[in-house]
Amino acid sequence: MSWLIEVDGPSCIGSGMCVGMASEHFELRDGVSRPLRSQVEPADEIVDAAESCPVEAITVRDAESGAVIAPEP
Amino acid sequence: MTTTESTPRSYPFSAAEKLRLDPFYAELRKTEPLSRVQLPYGQPAWLATRYEDAKTVLADPRFSRAAAVDNDEPRLRSRRPAGGILAMDPPEHTRLRKLVAKAFTVRRVERLRPRAQEIADELADGMLESGSPAELVEDFALPLPITVICELLGVPYEDRADFRDWSDAFLSTTKLTEQQVEDYIDRFQNYMAGLIERRRQQPEDDLLSALVEARDEHDKLSEQELVELSVGILVAGHETTASQIPNFVYVLLTHPEQLEQLRQQPERVPEAVEELLRYVPLGVSAAFPRYALEDVELGGVLVRAGEPVVVGVASANRDEEVFSDPERFGLDHEAGPHIGFGHGPHHCLGAQLARMELQVALETLLARLPGLRFAVPEDEVPWKTGMIVRGPLSLPVAWDTEA
Ligand code: HEM
Ligand code: SF4
Repeated sequence: MSWLIEVDGPSCIGSGMCVGMASEHFELRDGVSRPLRSQVEPADEIVDAAESCPVEAITVRDAESGAVIAPEP
Repeated sequence: MTTTESTPRSYPFSAAEKLRLDPFYAELRKTEPLSRVQLPYGQPAWLATRYEDAKTVLADPRFSRAAAVDNDEPRLRSRRPAGGILAMDPPEHTRLRKLVAKAFTVRRVERLRPRAQEIADELADGMLESGSPAELVEDFALPLPITVICELLGVPYEDRADFRDWSDAFLSTTKLTEQQVEDYIDRFQNYMAGLIERRRQQPEDDLLSALVEARDEHDKLSEQELVELSVGILVAGHETTASQIPNFVYVLLTHPEQLEQLRQQPERVPEAVEELLRYVPLGVSAAFPRYALEDVELGGVLVRAGEPVVVGVASANRDEEVFSDPERFGLDHEAGPHIGFGHGPHHCLGAQLARMELQVALETLLARLPGLRFAVPEDEVPWKTGMIVRGPLSLPVAWDTEA
């Protein structure tokens, strides 16, 4: 099983929360977050980051079914 | 070119007057985007007035809030500001912020909307019952955000008379004496420590209990941090929104054609709220300086390592490079990415909550109080003084009643 991470650049406010919570999965470039790899092994801190993003710019999906894993619907 | 050696201008440039933004900011944006200023206390600082520079200072890790603690930070009153979440840098800042972030996401806040609507409707009922005119600040603008943040955090609403007074200690520049400020902050912290102790004995379904658990079971924050963070959320959670509600109403009442348009199209309230957040200069001054950790070229000058920069958020929100016709308030302005809630790691924790409350407030006032208008001449509306935020002290309003 693997997950897909997407960051909606235009809504990101560069809070760095995702980088702080899951530095192996996100980086800030010119004040905008992006996933280091878009397809990843499932990990709790990715869900935490997506749940904590103040503007819900991060979406985590199941790579096969496309179902949204975080933020919790 | 401006350098560190240039004589700083005294700042704020003028006393805050209603919601007017000093036109000098516009001039600085054009000619001197980073300029030297001297606040009433602390070291001289750079003032950033352009949107892009403002965002850089707020989000770039080369600028630090934590460094302010070890410096004579530029500020509006002599007392050094308390530490807390706004005086920390990542990753320490992230440790605290993530404990509360989940309670303030878009989704969590949307779940609170029906309750906020209910509170707003009850307040409007009260106003209708007592009849026109009413006083918007006491009757509506204060109780709405106070009730919401009390319920979210788990603070008894009955205690509001106390903590409303104490809150002023965090936002006063000259309204309170230094002794009063010390005293109120002490009392506020003791009060919060007492509530925390009660949650420790008997947890409830509220943010305070969740924070106590984070401390006791997972050791994620110190007792002092727990107290400061809870006080911080309670203060920030109501004073700002309670000032913005009457500020927004004031702007609408002084722009009757915009108000009329909003009455015709109430579905545009969310857009109106964004435009109002851009347009209204809530703070009387740039505050919370960031210190450069290394030399940074910015706005045509070299900010040297160790120098503080303050950010003119209200000025950035009127940057003509980003917003068209920015000095005008208008619903037709595209809901641009204003920085009324800041930017970067300290971007307002309560932004979504404040947005939701402001939307509910305007929707309710427009729907329930037809023909809303000033009940006194506009010039007689009294404004706060000696505080870091602007807002009417009271706002008497009238509306059409059926004859
Ligand atoms: C219209 C209402 C509000 C406005 C305009 C506003 C504005 C701001 C701004 C500009 C900042 C950033 C300050 C800086 O970086 O120098 C901030 C931070 C903050 N705000 Fe708000 N705010 C509002 C309402 C609220 C509410 C309802 C809460 C309730 C939780 C809140 C809690 C906070 C906290 C805790 C911070 C510090 C965040 C941090 O350091 O990580 N604010 N606010
Ligand atoms: S947490 Fe959200 S807003 Fe903050 S940097 Fe990450 S994606 Fe952007």
